[in-house]
Amino acid sequence: MDQHLLFLLTLSPTIFAILLLPIPKHWKRVHRVVTLIGSTVIFAVSTRLWTGFNPDNPAFQFVDQHQWIPQFGISIHVGLDGISLLLVLLTTLLLPVVVLAAWSLNIEHIKSLHITFLLLATGMMGTFVSLDLFLFYIFWEITLIPMYFIIGVWGGPRRIYAAVKFFIFTMVGSVLMLVAILYLGWFHHQQTGVWSYDYLDFLQTAPLLSVSGGWLAPGLLVFAAFALAFAIKVPIFPFHTWLPDAHVEAPTTGSVLLAGVLLKMGAYGFMRFNRALLPDAWDIFVPLILALAVIGIIYGALVAMVQPDVKKLVAYSSVSHMGFVMLGLAAGTQASTQGAVLQMVNHGLTTGALFLLVGMIYERTYTRLIADFGGLATVMPVYTGIFLVVTLGSIGLPGLNGFVGEFLILAGAWQNYPLAVVLAGLGIILGAVYMLWMVQRIFWGPLDNPKNEGLSDIRFRELMVVAPLLVLIVWIGIYPTTFLNPMEAAVRLLLAR
Amino acid sequence: MKFYDLIWLIPIFPLLGAIINGLVSNRLGLQKSVTNAVAIAGSGLAWLLGWAAIVQWALELGIHNTHIVSLFSWFQGGSLRILDGSVAEVDVAASFQLDPVSALMVAFVTFVGFLIHVYSIGYMHDESDRAYARYFSYLNLFMFSMLVLVLGSNMAVMFVGWEGVGLCSYLLIGFYFEKEWCAAAGMKAFIVNRIGDWGFLLAIFATFMVFGTLEFTEIFPTAAAHPETYAAAATVIGLLLFVGAIGKSAQIPLYVWLPDAMAGPTPVSALIHAATMVTAGVYMVVRCNVIYRLSPTAMLVVAIIGGLTAIIAATIGLVQNDIKKVLAYSTVSQLGYMFLAAGVGAFVAAIFHVLTHAFFKACLFLGSGSVIHACGGEQDIRKMGGLKKYMPTTYWTFLAATLAISGIPIFAGFFSKDEILAKAFEAGAGDLNTFGTTYYALWALAVVAAVLTAFYMFRLVFVTFHGEFRGGEEAEHHLHESPWTMTMPLVVLGVLSIFGGLIGIPGKLFHHPEWNLIERFLEPVILPIGHAAENAEHLSHHAVSLGLEWGLVLLSVAAASFGIWLAYRFYMGAGAFVRPRLLAERFSFAYRLLLNKYWVDEIYAATVIAGTIKLSRFLWEFDARVVDGVVNGTALTTVGSSFISGVFDLKVVDGAVNLVAKSYDVASREFRRLQVGFTQGYAMVMVFGAAVLLGVFYLVKL
Repeated sequence: MDQHLLFLLTLSPTIFAILLLPIPKHWKRVHRVVTLIGSTVIFAVSTRLWTGFNPDNPAFQFVDQHQWIPQFGISIHVGLDGISLLLVLLTTLLLPVVVLAAWSLNIEHIKSLHITFLLLATGMMGTFVSLDLFLFYIFWEITLIPMYFIIGVWGGPRRIYAAVKFFIFTMVGSVLMLVAILYLGWFHHQQTGVWSYDYLDFLQTAPLLSVSGGWLAPGLLVFAAFALAFAIKVPIFPFHTWLPDAHVEAPTTGSVLLAGVLLKMGAYGFMRFNRALLPDAWDIFVPLILALAVIGIIYGALVAMVQPDVKKLVAYSSVSHMGFVMLGLAAGTQASTQGAVLQMVNHGLTTGALFLLVGMIYERTYTRLIADFGGLATVMPVYTGIFLVVTLGSIGLPGLNGFVGEFLILAGAWQNYPLAVVLAGLGIILGAVYMLWMVQRIFWGPLDNPKNEGLSDIRFRELMVVAPLLVLIVWIGIYPTTFLNPMEAAVRLLLAR
Repeated sequence: MKFYDLIWLIPIFPLLGAIINGLVSNRLGLQKSVTNAVAIAGSGLAWLLGWAAIVQWALELGIHNTHIVSLFSWFQGGSLRILDGSVAEVDVAASFQLDPVSALMVAFVTFVGFLIHVYSIGYMHDESDRAYARYFSYLNLFMFSMLVLVLGSNMAVMFVGWEGVGLCSYLLIGFYFEKEWCAAAGMKAFIVNRIGDWGFLLAIFATFMVFGTLEFTEIFPTAAAHPETYAAAATVIGLLLFVGAIGKSAQIPLYVWLPDAMAGPTPVSALIHAATMVTAGVYMVVRCNVIYRLSPTAMLVVAIIGGLTAIIAATIGLVQNDIKKVLAYSTVSQLGYMFLAAGVGAFVAAIFHVLTHAFFKACLFLGSGSVIHACGGEQDIRKMGGLKKYMPTTYWTFLAATLAISGIPIFAGFFSKDEILAKAFEAGAGDLNTFGTTYYALWALAVVAAVLTAFYMFRLVFVTFHGEFRGGEEAEHHLHESPWTMTMPLVVLGVLSIFGGLIGIPGKLFHHPEWNLIERFLEPVILPIGHAAENAEHLSHHAVSLGLEWGLVLLSVAAASFGIWLAYRFYMGAGAFVRPRLLAERFSFAYRLLLNKYWVDEIYAATVIAGTIKLSRFLWEFDARVVDGVVNGTALTTVGSSFISGVFDLKVVDGAVNLVAKSYDVASREFRRLQVGFTQGYAMVMVFGAAVLLGVFYLVKL
């Protein structure tokens, strides 16, 4: 069973999508129930990856390989290491969560939404488990299309602009990446006489790419092509402007998966490909990545502060938080890299939870403007409490998840880049400012908007939606070892290259 | 039973109380009696266990043995190369330690905390059941955080408590969250504290980089054994840590949050913003005394900031009319004294003053709460007066605490404050670290501040409790002494304000140094440094003669008496209020300067805050116009080139993939017949996408 588990798991959302096909459109409830059951089953099965994973083994596990296009050495090759394990589980956890979150949405095309969502799930998981770069590229692109439709069809008033922007942005990056992948394949053939697009093969040949001879050195160009694709996805300043638009227009489902998973694909790509395949070029690019990461941390935080729309605020806060992740990766120590991976998970949990919570209030009021709120704690005390906990997790209060990630990133970066740490530390102050100021304007003070008087507090279903995230926010804060342990060996191997 | 092995339970009890009251009592709206039982049990058990553990530890293990209880490894982050070239493992343990200074802190934090829980039962009884449960949940959560702070055996665990108390402070200042200004004061407190925490956090990283560990029992002996090696690092770490202390303990320039923090319920002001949390910075500096003693620069900075804060806050306190505001500035000023003490190397005196201050300032705040309670929420002392006859218990305890803070002999504050003044003078006389002149100047400022302290405190006593009631007949009707739950803590703290200082009798003056119990108790915390230890002894013995020391005692008593005499002349008897009014008119600028607290808040608002918001708005504009402008420009170009590549696709690529595309086309027609709808279309797009990709691939390869 374990042998094909990973590939089957990756395909399983698509299988559920196919199951939905014959069900009539107007049986909305059936679509919801099937998708919920499906995604819950997927999550349940994915926990087998956790229990069956050997944390001491840095190599890929649950490896499964099938011939696909043997002429070019392309195969369906999947596997997990400690890093991708966490990201896959984050993905599978968020699946039932977002299905349940969208449960009572009164929107068009429920069937299509669920099918799109399930295809997206396959794409996301596939991206994290692919060990063949051609396969990786396919999955990478597969995520693009469903998300494009989720924003463009079920989004807000400016959805078309946002969707097209998202699509073009990502496409520009990925096209160059495709060229780089093809080049790596050709280079492998040059070196060994064998065609292959396999990651493990590339690990042998890609580092041989020359990085000397100016900016047109092949190693640097390939690096840049990968880096651009991933930088857009993370997003790293100045490639971030698609993100606020996409978040604001996307429905909750889209925002949660975008923040929770899609952004991680960028950071994951940096680790898996830029760092591991092109270590020499990485060393050359580190100062640039570091600088952009620090700029992103402060810039994102400052711009977040003055946003009138909650979702936009959270979107810019993502730019800031992902800056921390990139700082941790660029600093390149064991501690900072583990911190970065943990922070990827943390960001998925807290920002995901924030978008879920914003979605709940939007369903009640059809507004997300901070100015329309104020004093909500009076009518929604439990919701307020949960929002506050998530906020505190996001700003890195010790005892909650964000702290451990930030701590490891900054502690690990301090030895080589103290100035970057000092500046990034300012981002921690600003993080408290924009988050608490938002909380202040939404929840505290008098309830001065009469429209908000009858708002109902969080419902049971909504509580169930955020509960798993809350549990993890506390868990990671108190006992992060559970999550640091499985990635440790994989990070060590990554950095040894 | 080894209670000292259970020290981790000390914070856990109040944590459980917080969880139960927060999630159960608050949600179900349980009766106040249930909330009381839970909250009192939480803080009471912490108190009992805390004291039992301390006594047993001191008797069985001895105070020279730091007792560490490690629960589990909190997080590991692999190895890091540290400054000396060796490799250290990032492995932070969730562990607690009992040593003299943490024992002292636990002893008084649990005790004062318990008293204030009891007091709150009376003070908060008008709140709704739910708000009442919320209040006690926060209060218990605070006890948890504060105890983690003082018990933590490494910097990271200490930081958990450090930020935790900040959170509770935020929640409790903003307890009346429906009032905009209360919530704003809470936010201000958290953010200003965060600025300090930034320094603390950097100090933690620097410490790890230098020592390869965050455990106190490993850092300090290493540093003390090699003072030359670690001198430079100690300056960096000491100053960064002190940034944290400046925030938490409300020193210049970050003190501005503390006066605003008075928006919280008065027992909170007593517990958090006077007795315990704000002294965390002092505790931290004393805990890290080895680091500071290695760095003359850091010591000097601590002393200067402390001395200046002591005098500046005292001047503001002179003219405030809000009873809690006076006490708040007084707290800032007294915290300044504590840092001055630390800065001149009198770490024991600093902690001693933390302790006595906790007694008399908690007593003063609770007394003011009792007054405010009686006056129906009124906090303006101009509308009070003559309360002595209505609330005798409050009056007498308040007076005892006022005498204590003023530094009148026998009362608690006298011993601690006098020791600080004496040590500051000694630092000047002994030319400590060659900064003697500066230390003399700081000593002089501290003496002046002592006069001011006695003045503003007795002004408060005379205006509030003496003379005639000025709040109108209606209000006068309601004046009453508070219930026993409120007066009992007052009496206990009042008694401690009188006798609490006896643990630190300056026995040296009587040729009996062993009378100074607190100095003997804390002695293991002040590790001897290299060979410099003898020098320090040398300094304190010979710089100041015994006669001069007695002279200093008399001087500080004279200073206090002078302040009291001034206050009496200004606010008592026939000419009451005349002189201060005349002075205020004559020196109207100075008066307005003090009344408006040097306009520091306004200056911050106009510079730092306005500047940050302006910068943010500018960057937002920049984001929309420039960064996104480039993107939109690129998008336009892309649209153009897409058109061209579209033609290319049609003519070239399609030709090559004709076969593949055709097969998909046939399949799709079948597929389409099965299903009609949106998604099928998208699925098609995806399949086609994959087909096109394959086509491109073949094309490039062939």
